[in-house]
Amino acid sequence: MKRILFACLMMLGIMTKAQNGYQIGDVASDFNLKNVDGKSVSLANYKDAKGYIIVFTCNTCPVAQAYQDRVEALNKEYAPKGYPVIAINTNDPIASPGDSYAKMQERAKQKKFSFAYLEDPNHIYTKKYGANKTPHVFILQKTAKGNEVAYIGAIDNDQEEVNPQKETYVQNAINLLLQGKKPTVTYTKAIGCSIRWKKESTTE
Amino acid sequence: MKYLLSLFLVTATLSANAQVKLVSLNELEQRLSKGKDTTYVINFWATWCGPCVGELSQFESLKKEYFKTPVKVILVSMDFKSKLKSNVIPFVKKQKLKSEVYVINEPNTQAFIDNVDKKWSGALPATLIVKNNSRSFFEKEFVNTELEDLVKNIAHEDYKP
Repeated sequence: MKRILFACLMMLGIMTKAQNGYQIGDVASDFNLKNVDGKSVSLANYKDAKGYIIVFTCNTCPVAQAYQDRVEALNKEYAPKGYPVIAINTNDPIASPGDSYAKMQERAKQKKFSFAYLEDPNHIYTKKYGANKTPHVFILQKTAKGNEVAYIGAIDNDQEEVNPQKETYVQNAINLLLQGKKPTVTYTKAIGCSIRWKKESTTE
Repeated sequence: MKYLLSLFLVTATLSANAQVKLVSLNELEQRLSKGKDTTYVINFWATWCGPCVGELSQFESLKKEYFKTPVKVILVSMDFKSKLKSNVIPFVKKQKLKSEVYVINEPNTQAFIDNVDKKWSGALPATLIVKNNSRSFFEKEFVNTELEDLVKNIAHEDYKP
């Protein structure tokens, strides 16, 4: 009996995990979150955007840090073409003091981020989108339906910049979107840091 | 004397390095295929991953005598390969880890993650338990006696995924 119960619990765990967050083609929700400059940022603020590169990230994760400059380069390249980067810090500042609002401001200043870097108190949008690690990218495309999710996953398959078969997933996807095509690769995986959830009895 | 000392230092460093090696998924799979009745518990972790570090003691303390068949714990660190000497080896020493520890050597993490298990999103910690041809994968942090119960069930072949 104990064993059956155990198996059921395991299955339940797997099922709830699989159902979280957006899938390709879903319409993503807009948000209103505080940027490092103190102002609130929504998707709707970007009047001329054709879409968005939403990067769920943080200050402290070594993988996210390894991608900082690549995220900045994405914004430099694609914001003028209609796909700005919007970074959202997934981590709770108490669970991870290095990810506090002040530390976000510090990092943005030090690295001269040209993109918005937003806090996400209580992980509302991290959970809604289904980001489960940092960095985790969601490319949205403005369509008649709304902000449609066109790509979910990694920036590239070369975290340490040593892969001879480097594939720049985000760039490839946006280049196709800009040509009026659908991305050929819409979902990728990468090793990332687990999200530092707010300490509560009910984080799941 | 100075020469001897430096020789000693070199040897000490070499032997310390020998404790943590790089491993590709292929090499790991070959290792697992030779297992026979051994249950392999492979934990994917990283020195920078808080929850991973938190649960390492559970892997370290899996009491072999609880199981009817051999149980082997392998800790595969997803730290960057370039951090082997600067981060992983000092960590293993400091924590006095007794399990076999490797650092992954796969340039293409995308393919690697899928090859470990299709269900894996890439988030850490993650654990793969292999016995003969049966593989069970868990993308989660284990709490309390969860891991021990699970390994018991799998090692004794009465686990139904």
